[in-house]
Amino acid sequence: MAKEMMAKSVAKDSSGAARAAGAELPGREMTGAEMVLEVLADQGVKHLFGYPGGAVLPIYDAIFQQKKVEHILVRHEQGAVHAAEGYARSTGKVGCVLVTSGPGATNAVTGLTDALMDSIPLVCITGQVPTHLIGNDAFQECDTVGITRPCTKHNYLVKRIEDLPRVLHEAFYVASSGRPGPVVVDIPKDIQFAKGNYFKPKEFQHQGYKPRLKGDPDKIKAAIELMGKAKRPLFYTGGGIINSGNAASERLRELVKLTGFPITSTLMGLGAFPASDPHWLGMLGMHGTWEANWSMHDCDLMICIGARFDDRITGRLDAFSPGSKKIHVDIDPSSINKNVKVDIGIIGDCAHVLDDMLRIWRASAPQVDKKALAAWWQQIDKWRARKSLSYKNSNSIIKPQYAIQRLYELTKDRDTYITTEVGQHQMWAAQFYRFDEPNRWMTSGGLGTMGYGLPASVGVQLAHPKSLVIDIAGEASVLMTMQEMSTAVQYRLPVKIFIINNQYMGMVRQWQELLHGGRYSQSYTEALPDFVKLAEAYHAVGIRCEKPGDLDGAIHEMIKVDKPVIFDCVVDQNENCFPMIPSGRAHNEMILGDAGESVEDAITEAGKVMV
Amino acid sequence: MNKNMSSTSHYPAAPVLQGVEVHTLSVIVDNEPGVLARVIGLFSGRGYNIDSLTVSETEHQKHLSRITIVTRGTPMVIEQIKNQLDRLVPIHRVVDMTVAGPHIERELAMVKVRGKGDHRQEALRLADAFRARVIDATTESFVFEITGASDKIESFVALMLPLGLVEVSRTGVVAIARGPEGM
Ligand SMILES: Cc1ncc(C[n+]2csc(CCOP(=O)(O)OP(=O)(O)O)c2C)c(N)n1
Ligand SMILES: [Mg+2]
Repeated sequence: MAKEMMAKSVAKDSSGAARAAGAELPGREMTGAEMVLEVLADQGVKHLFGYPGGAVLPIYDAIFQQKKVEHILVRHEQGAVHAAEGYARSTGKVGCVLVTSGPGATNAVTGLTDALMDSIPLVCITGQVPTHLIGNDAFQECDTVGITRPCTKHNYLVKRIEDLPRVLHEAFYVASSGRPGPVVVDIPKDIQFAKGNYFKPKEFQHQGYKPRLKGDPDKIKAAIELMGKAKRPLFYTGGGIINSGNAASERLRELVKLTGFPITSTLMGLGAFPASDPHWLGMLGMHGTWEANWSMHDCDLMICIGARFDDRITGRLDAFSPGSKKIHVDIDPSSINKNVKVDIGIIGDCAHVLDDMLRIWRASAPQVDKKALAAWWQQIDKWRARKSLSYKNSNSIIKPQYAIQRLYELTKDRDTYITTEVGQHQMWAAQFYRFDEPNRWMTSGGLGTMGYGLPASVGVQLAHPKSLVIDIAGEASVLMTMQEMSTAVQYRLPVKIFIINNQYMGMVRQWQELLHGGRYSQSYTEALPDFVKLAEAYHAVGIRCEKPGDLDGAIHEMIKVDKPVIFDCVVDQNENCFPMIPSGRAHNEMILGDAGESVEDAITEAGKVMV
Repeated sequence: MNKNMSSTSHYPAAPVLQGVEVHTLSVIVDNEPGVLARVIGLFSGRGYNIDSLTVSETEHQKHLSRITIVTRGTPMVIEQIKNQLDRLVPIHRVVDMTVAGPHIERELAMVKVRGKGDHRQEALRLADAFRARVIDATTESFVFEITGASDKIESFVALMLPLGLVEVSRTGVVAIARGPEGM
């Protein structure tokens, strides 16, 4: 249905039929460039991440002449998009980006794809060559709408000034409603110069695209009935809860308390339910906990809310939770029955559906099978007793897990936001940093983009100037967008880049150990920069720590500094991330760090072709 | 364009517009996944117009499809369209039927008309005159099948409008050259 709707909206758009509802206020004449700023202000945008160039000069001129929107000058357009993602994910607002045509737009593509995969609401305005030159291979021309079609939720090329106010407002509506995502508005330079009538629509709507918020009441009733009878139930939740807003997290907490069911979450959903609560089983999936994955495998009722049965979660599909009935709540109809056939699919917004679930559960007061539930919890406690996250600590060398554990202990009582790069450190962060609130955890889940964390932390810090913002980084990833340190310094954003430095692309090294006979092809970085000096070169502060005994002191020092910090935490180079479900295996075939089975034997030939 | 532009922009000003022409192109392509997306992407990315586009595999052994595109633009733009199409790797040949010589263009439409009494009689009479066939009928409706050049279909549809036109489904234009030679 969503796809159909998008197709429809495209058709509608070309005929200019989508319209803002409500009476149109009398317009004011201004240029297209001024309209851009007017729309941003009307949408309540405070910060715009961008980088100038020939095709957006009129917009930069308009920026210069106003005060409502602050422009944050990044050092690379990918950084602008990730910063906007961090901003959006930590606030629940739409993140905004402005880049020039051609290379500006192509540099933004990685970030846009990242935002699409993780359902992050963004509006990205791109400059375009003047309309009469489109298609001519003009200087810095690229087919932006063509290139970004598969990596945006929707995109527009505005060829008439009359369309500009509507399209821009609509972009915000499309980005933030339904399943959120990135929207590109490509504005040719002559349209930025052209004069037109600006009016602020009273209400922002789209004729074709109207995502459904309320779930089907009969299906919700049926779901509650199944929940009332379940013997081994489990909540499996994801980023949809975070996107749905604080209300969804609150309702989820209520529902877990009311039912007493155990709960696990995907990487993207961490923080929607407090990790300190006894019902929490930890993250599930490829590097999830023993108890979370075994519960998924053995449950008799799976209640999936705002998650999408990604392959990192399900493992081998034909062995995925074979004995369970499945309920799936999602705002995107195309997510339901995509990978896993479910028994009850409820299309709707998580907060709305959870609200109804709570109401119906309370009204029907089902007689739950207390004995069965107690036995289920006993079983779960046995799995928990395996302590699947345990690792062998050391006195002489910092274990990466220990580093993150200490970071957690020393920052948990503060107002802290965590971003990550991609790799082992990301998984360890997900395992060992415990989140009690939503919007505190920003990571690249779907696309797995190395280089996400540093610029994302810049965006988060900007939105939360008084908070402690830490990028848990890998030394390889962080070099991909290191240039944004310069942005952090310019805007006095005291982000802390906490590098788990194992000198390896650790996650690649781990897979090479498991799958390719320990032939560490190109995964060792021979020439790393001196991160302390690098920090200093950026006018930031550099700290290096090499001994477990020095770690607490060094972390305290990092927290105290009111400037951006690069913390070079030198850790064991050979540590692997466990537990792990090897590719091609099922949830109950997880391997542990201390397991007798060698990891190499655990992966079948068929599993090796998967990633 | 805007007067401002030439002074404040580093882009050349828009050219003075030439007359717009309609051309019909026949394109032979490998019938492989994504080929239609490449053709359509070329048109949308470069801002060319598509009036109609039809496609079907025509040589099964060789997996070749024939695409017929009706497009419009200035002579220069039409020239560009042909050259840009020719540049796509899976495209074998592009022929501009409009300039290549005498050719025939046909379109098929199905036209649904709903009505009773006089209107119904009149619809049937006109259909006969246009050599449209009745391919579905109920006591209050007809579906006519009509083939011909696009303007013939246009006039038939226009005539059906006051007689209870419900909807039209059209194939778009297909074209072939007159005479013994293939393309
Ligand atoms: C842009 C990009 N290129 C390549 C990869 C593949 N990849 C995944 S993890 C990883 C290694 C990351 O190394 P590092 O940042 O040092 O983290 P570690 O695993 O050592 O903690 C690589 C190369 C990726 N995820 N993203
Ligand atoms: Mg590393």
